[in-house]
Amino acid sequence: MEFSEKEIRLLRALQEDLPVRERPYADLAARAGMSEAEALEIARRWNASGIIRRMGAFIRHRKAGVKANGMVVWDVPEERVEEAGRAMSERDCVSHCYARPRSDKWPFRLYTMIHGATEDEVREQARMVSEELRVENFRILFSLRELKKSDTKLFMEEDR
Amino acid sequence: MDEIDRLLLTLIQREFPLSERPYVEIAEKAGVTESEAIARIEAMREEGLIRRMGASLNPRALGYVSTLAAARVAPGRVDSVANYINRFNEITHNYERDDEFNVWFTVIARDEAVVAAIIDDIRKHSGADEVIDLPATHIFKIKVNFDLTK
Repeated sequence: MEFSEKEIRLLRALQEDLPVRERPYADLAARAGMSEAEALEIARRWNASGIIRRMGAFIRHRKAGVKANGMVVWDVPEERVEEAGRAMSERDCVSHCYARPRSDKWPFRLYTMIHGATEDEVREQARMVSEELRVENFRILFSLRELKKSDTKLFMEEDR
Repeated sequence: MDEIDRLLLTLIQREFPLSERPYVEIAEKAGVTESEAIARIEAMREEGLIRRMGASLNPRALGYVSTLAAARVAPGRVDSVANYINRFNEITHNYERDDEFNVWFTVIARDEAVVAAIIDDIRKHSGADEVIDLPATHIFKIKVNFDLTK
């Protein structure tokens, strides 16, 4: 995929923090060196095509009261991966659901992030999913510590 | 945080408009004026509830490759292994988790070879006992906005 220098400046600016004021995209456009109308037009196009996954606020979940989350991994038989992945995704408490390769060291095939007010609530949600989908072998991996969390920055100078 | 704040915070996570005056639309839905919406959101940002306003880009759509990797690390060595892993710009998230595989990190780069080289480097030099590479074979759901009004 090829982007013009101007578009790359816009991609970078979109990953920065927008000011909270009447016309936030005027600042964005200034950073990217284009008019507000042009920045919005390109951003709308990227939003429609899926290059922009989401526009808006990123919150600190713990501060906002979404306190506990666990990575729950599921040992789902191969022929049920698709069906179980879809069923898990339908749940509000599941924010992420991916399939990943199984190995002899690690039998799990589906990965979900399950959120709740408390760790017990996460356990309860996982138990319900396990019962309803009849997936008995699963594990909840709570995070003990955040070792690194940075915003994924794409198209920065250092990786070009 | 009162009910209006919760509604505003839910709205700006979910459908922040790509229009000249996005807060006009947000304010209408929350039943407040544009200037009140801005003041409340700015206050929540200052409080640290809002980490950033902006876009989340789709790395795959932009040609990036990513993976999740899990390392089995002796309890006393987690910090030194984490320090080794975290030096890479391509590592964006890293968590210690309560399992035999106790260090979980994501790698994202412009091509597959770079991702593979980083995993290989960490496998050989970080001090981890074992590293498994778990690239997604299927993405069923990615939802990063939360309804705070419930």
